[in-house]
Amino acid sequence: MNWLLVIAGALVGAPLRHLTDRAVRLRLGPDAVLPWGTFTVNAAGSLALGLLTGAAAAGAAGERLELLLGTGLCGALTTYSTFSWETLRLAEDGSPLLAACNVLGSLAAGLGAMYAGVALGGALWG
Amino acid sequence: MSDAPTPYPAAPDRTTPDTRTPGPPRSPRAWRADVPVVAAVALGGALGASARYAAVLRWPAAADAFPWAVFWVNVTGCAVIGAFTVLVTEGTRAPHPLLRPFFGTGVLGGFTTFSAYALDVRRLHEAGEPLLALLHLAGTLTAAMAAVLLGATAARRGLRARRRR
Repeated sequence: MNWLLVIAGALVGAPLRHLTDRAVRLRLGPDAVLPWGTFTVNAAGSLALGLLTGAAAAGAAGERLELLLGTGLCGALTTYSTFSWETLRLAEDGSPLLAACNVLGSLAAGLGAMYAGVALGGALWG
Repeated sequence: MSDAPTPYPAAPDRTTPDTRTPGPPRSPRAWRADVPVVAAVALGGALGASARYAAVLRWPAAADAFPWAVFWVNVTGCAVIGAFTVLVTEGTRAPHPLLRPFFGTGVLGGFTTFSAYALDVRRLHEAGEPLLALLHLAGTLTAAMAAVLLGATAARRGLRARRRR
């Protein structure tokens, strides 16, 4: 059962990442200097996992919901591999400054979203 | 594909847009053509997430301990994406159009995770282990960037060695 919950979440999370990335690319066009698609899913996924963690700490979300939405959906929605690859590409293309911006921006947004999400989740469902 | 006689009118290659260089589709029709790609991403994502879940079950971490499972999942996933993406984008033969969506976006994207990484940083911080939280934050980043560079470099060397033969 636990495995099915993780799989079901990932079956939604991974394509959602792919489609979000496409939508962001389509909206920003080819001139976007930073990989905003990956930035968006990582920040949004961290916020969602934070909300879920806050709700779970308040007793409003159980282990099953954490496996479905946390391990499965948020885990597959967010990515470290594409983040590292895109950062490497920025550095290789001669923009170490942009690569550093991507790293610092992604970490700040992801961690900020996580802390805000937990606080908000606790307030909403606490 | 190229040596086959081309029927007239040439059928549009609907699977091409997202393969070698992922780019936005140009028309609503391209969104419909994206269905096999989305399915491949979903399937790969389910496989990758299952492998990550297996690693977390196999090596569970206490609330105030370093999350080695998520650390190694992310670092190995970065090494593999570095090698894989170089092989499919810089190799001489064009790969199957669904290979990169399935394995790169799906399996590796579903395997590695940013949200659990951010959650573990906060968890260690809250557990009164700010140094461990910082170590996890900076250590994963450093190891992941070294891994992706190592994977890409090894793959490029392999491709060069094969071309020389």
